[in-house]
Parts: sequence; C-alpha cells; structure tokens
Amino acid sequence: MKPNNRGLLWVDKYRPGTLDEMDFHLELKERLEGMAQRADIPHLLFHGPPGSGKRTRVSCLLRLIYGPAAEKLKVEHRSFKVGDPPKEIEMTILSSIHHIEANPSDAGFSDRLIVQELIKEIASNAPLDVTAVRVPFKVIVLHEVDSLSRTAQQALRRTMEKYSRTCRLILMADSLTKIIEPLRSRCNLVRVPSPSEKEICDVLQKVSKEEGFELPDQFAVKVTKACSRNLRRGLLQLQSSKMDNYPFAEDQPVSRADWELVCIDIASLLMREQSNKRLLLVRTRFYELLTHAIPADAIFESVTMELLRSADQEIAPAICECAAEYEHRLRQGQKAIIHLEAFAARFMQIYKEYIDNQYSMLIDDD
Amino acid sequence: MDIGDRASVLSTPWVEKYRPVKIKDVAHQTEVVAALEQAVERGGGNLPHLLFYGPPGTGKTSLALALVREIFPKEILSQRVLELNASDERGIRVVREKIKGFAQGAVGQAKVKDGKTIPSFKVIILDEADAVTGEAQTALRRTMETYSTVTRFVLICNYISRIIAPLASRCAKFRFQPLPTEVSFNRLSMICKSEQVTASEDLLKLIITRTNGDLRKALMTLQSASRMVPHGSEIGDKEIALASGEVPQELLERFRSAMFADSSFENVQSVVDDVVLGGYPADGLLHQLCDLLVEEDYAELDELQKSALIMKMARAESCLADGASERLQLLDVGARGMYISKSRENSSSLFKV
Repeated sequence: MKPNNRGLLWVDKYRPGTLDEMDFHLELKERLEGMAQRADIPHLLFHGPPGSGKRTRVSCLLRLIYGPAAEKLKVEHRSFKVGDPPKEIEMTILSSIHHIEANPSDAGFSDRLIVQELIKEIASNAPLDVTAVRVPFKVIVLHEVDSLSRTAQQALRRTMEKYSRTCRLILMADSLTKIIEPLRSRCNLVRVPSPSEKEICDVLQKVSKEEGFELPDQFAVKVTKACSRNLRRGLLQLQSSKMDNYPFAEDQPVSRADWELVCIDIASLLMREQSNKRLLLVRTRFYELLTHAIPADAIFESVTMELLRSADQEIAPAICECAAEYEHRLRQGQKAIIHLEAFAARFMQIYKEYIDNQYSMLIDDD
Repeated sequence: MDIGDRASVLSTPWVEKYRPVKIKDVAHQTEVVAALEQAVERGGGNLPHLLFYGPPGTGKTSLALALVREIFPKEILSQRVLELNASDERGIRVVREKIKGFAQGAVGQAKVKDGKTIPSFKVIILDEADAVTGEAQTALRRTMETYSTVTRFVLICNYISRIIAPLASRCAKFRFQPLPTEVSFNRLSMICKSEQVTASEDLLKLIITRTNGDLRKALMTLQSASRMVPHGSEIGDKEIALASGEVPQELLERFRSAMFADSSFENVQSVVDDVVLGGYPADGLLHQLCDLLVEEDYAELDELQKSALIMKMARAESCLADGASERLQLLDVGARGMYISKSRENSSSLFKV
C-alpha cells in the first residue's frame, strides 16, 4: 500500500483499479473484457442502483481499452459559451488524453447545449492517423444521464449516430426508466445489479483484513443489512462505526447517516400520535432535512419504508398508494415541503381511521 | 479500401453500416417507396412536401436520406440538402434565420447530367420534427409555402399528433408500418451472413418478437449479443436476454404470484426490492406484465379484475414517465394487485381510484 493512501476513505482506497481485482459480477467482467479486446465497443449504457459499482467498472474498462494513460486524469473547470443569445456555463470536467467525463445535468436547463457542445468538440478532434492507434475513437463518459432533461436526451439521439465514427459515448444512469426509448435502443445495455448481501459481507471482511482490524461476523451482517445492498454506503457505515467504537460491542448500532435517523424518527412520530400539533412537529423535521439539501424523493422513500415496516400489513396498500401519489405530485410541483406534509397528513388520517375501526370492533365484540 | 477505412468500418454500428442506400432497399414500406421511386424517375420535379410518420426503427430517416441521394449527385448534395434534427438548435430563431435563409436561396435551372435530371430545388430534412416547438412550427407554415418553388421539406416524426394541423396539411403524408416478422427476418439473416454471425432461425424470430418490429432495436440487440460470444460461435437465448435489457420471466412470475397467489405484502416488497436493486427498468416490468396479463388466463383473476389491475398499471406507467420513484410505484401496483385479486365479489370497489 502506498503511504499517501493513508488518509483516504476506504471506499476510494479499496476501489478496484482493474477488472481482475473485481470481487463480484464476474460474468459482467468477462463481457467487458471481450468488448475491450475487439476494440470496437459500441455506445454503452451502464445502469444499476447507486453503489453497485458502475463507475468503477467504467474506469476499469477505459483502462483496459487505452492502457494506463486513461488513469492520468486532469480536473478542469471550463466555461462554455453556448446558446442563443450566448451565455456562459461553468462545468467541471475530468479528462485524460483519450476520454472526457462530465456530469451534464449539473448545467440545469442548459444541459442540452452542453451535451451538444461537448460531443461536437470531442468528435471534431479525431485522431489524425487512425492506423497509428489501436482504438480509432475517443470516449465521452456522461454521468447521471437519467437526470438529463428530455430535450437533452433527444439531442443525444442523432448526435450519437452522426459522430459514431470518431467518438463513443458511455452513459451512466441509476435507472433505465428515466431514459427515453430511442436512446436505450442506440446503446448496448450493461446492467450492473446491486451486489448480494453475501458479496457485500465478503468485501467488508476483506477490507477489515487489509486494514488489520477485527470484524466479528455478526457485526458485518448487521452493516450489510443496514446498507440496503449499497456497497458504498456499507463501507462508509463500517468506517464510521469503527470510529464510533472499536472493538465493536455486541449491541453496537450501525452508524447511520443523520438524515436516515431523522427519517426513522419522523416515521415513529407519525405512528405514535395523530394530531395537528404532531403534524407541525413533523413539518419542522421535514424542513430540517430539506434545508440540509437532502433530496425530497429520498426522504419520501425512506419514510415510507419505515412506515411500512412498523404499520400493520392491512393498511400497507393504502400507505403505498398515498406515498406513490404524493411522490408523483412532488415531481410535477415546485415546493417539496407541501407534498411531504400532505403525505404526512394523509398517513395520519389513514392510520387513525384504521386504529379507530379496530378499537370499535373490539368494543363490539365485548 | 485502405487500412484506415477498415478500422473505422470495424467500429461502425451495424445500424449505420447496413442503412439502406437506395430507395428501393428500404424494407416493407411499399406504398411510400413506390410513390417516391416514381417521383424520382420523373426527375423529381413534382415532388411534394413530405411528412413521414411511424414507430421508431421502420426506415423513415433512411428513406429520406436515400431519396436525396438519388435525386442529387454526390458533388452537390451538401449544397442542396439541409439536414436538421433534434440535436441541432431548432428554436424559433433558427426557423426564422437558418431555415428561411436556406430556403430562400435560388438554385439553377433543372439540368440533365449523365442522363439524370437534377431538379431545381433544395431539400430540407427536419428529422424528429415532433420535437420542434409549436411556436417554431407555426413560423414554418408560411416559409414552406412561399419558397415551395425552390425548396421541398421532408418532415419526419414518430407521432403525427405533435405536428400542428396546418403544417401536416401542407404535406403528403406517409405512414410507416411496423415491419412484419418475415421482412425483419430476411434482413437480419442477410446481415448475419455477411457479418459471419451464427444464430438459429428461432433465435432471430425471438429477437424480432421481443423488439416489436423495430428493426433498429433488433439490429442493436443482435450486434450486442454477437459481441458477447467468441467470434464464430452461436448466439443463445441468454445473450439476447442480456442485450435487450428485459426483465427475466422468473422475476415476472414471482411478482405475479406475490400479488395473486400468496397475497402477502412482504413478498411483494421483496420482489420489488429485487427488481429495483437488480437494476431492471420498472417500466419494462410493467410492459411485460401487461403483455402477460393480456395473453394468458389466470384462475385467480376474472376479466373485470384484470382490467382494474391494468388500469392501475397504466397510471403507474404514466407516473414513471413523469419521473416518479420506481420503488414506490411498483409497491403501489403490487399492493393494489393484492387487493384486487382478493376482492372478487365486490366488483364495484375495484375501480375506485
């Protein structure tokens, strides 16, 4: 281990640098190797949940195609002059001599212009002598394509085809659903599923061995359960749990992110009492989360999951229905707090009705 | 062909490599092909404005490109044809300046060269025209008429309903049909032969049914699958399933039985978890489930219950298209499906929204 690696997070420190170091998805590894060998990779679309290892696989693939030169990355802040009338947009771009990485959804509603500008620029700098290089094209890696606007995705369609001689796109997205069909059909889909609980457990054990500390199986399982099959989250949780208390105590809770704790708290507040006062209290909690820049959809999911865990199965359909409805409205609306609050109020109503019914049935039986 | 060319041919997608070059090469769309061939034979002089519409992968763009290639000789192609697609700037200013500017320019008299008449007009191809704003479409109306002597438009879109009526009525409209199985099959097996890919007949048919007549998608699937196996060996079902990105049958079956047979919310939750964490697309799951429900009969569901469930799925699909959370929508569908399959007698409550 190089000495300058000491201060790194484990997530970065133990990120595999080559495909051979991969711990899971071995079938996928073979597929990527096959692609790199033939040197005629198509446009690729990596999709899979967060923390499943998409980015790691992409950088390994690039290394396999271009060799070590693909790892010499340079960070630039570039400003693009795009649009009509022209305006300046700042973008952070990672690049090596062979490829370029960007997250165009950062540009907000100018994302379409950025996408077009980037591709045109890269594609027009084609290598002069295609016989000299093994791979006659450059690669553009675009992150979070699922949060690109529809128009930006539309813009990619034909641009991809037009410049396919000189550049290849590697797109990355959490879910295919938010990507328009024409774009999906132009790419080779690479599904990266979340690692299984066992695989995560194995990785945690491996890291503990390399770091040289004791990780009881029981605690490893606990971390695995808490991270919902997100390896990145699992490693972070393990590292911060170790900071909290080491050696691990038997009943030590897994260290969780603060916002998750608040979500759990909100759920239990909602379950325990249904009143106006309680709603106000919950509202302040929601505000707290939102002001800390926690995305509203994450709050929605985590509160709903928590409610489903503790509420009776009988009202689960009703909870799902109202969660799905208000989360959908959140996408169309502007102010997240209103929809979160509406959800909380509606849940209280559902729950109270249910409890009252149960209660009156009990009395009738007597 | 020199080596440089070979390198770039090697890496072109088959979709581009086998794009039809001549009008008559475009598969299946007999009506429009015949009409255009006739127009070209007569020197192209009486070509109207054209509007091509139809599902993706049926040859609209290919036909438009083939048309201009046949009308104009290669040397003047770039002077006479302007191709604009959704990738280009297409707001109202572009329509007013770029398109109008191009449309205004005069061209020489029709002349005969190498026995072929070169007509005296230019062509503007507006690909993906349904993505042009309504405002810009309105601005196009007059331009189309005023310069119709020197410029012809070819509009291409998936949904004719997104083209404003005044624009649509100015064009000769051609609907592109989804390709029937045997046409796609012939194309695919021809390409298999020239790329030296081994695939059984059944497999090609499987690809075609899975892609619903979208030839581009079928070709992409075939090409991605062919990269997964060593050169020369046969492609199997597994590769196709991987390449097309569909949800495996086993998962569908589990979702279905969690809803109807076991009716346990816990099972629904665990299947939804597996779908979302497995990286499968939720809308794909809904589409495949819908196909399954329509095609097969289930003892657990009568027709009314089926329709109620499909209505719920349709709502969820539209929410997903708006960007709603996959997990919550699938849970909602699952929970509703449980409720529907249980309430057999009480049919009036099924459609309660």
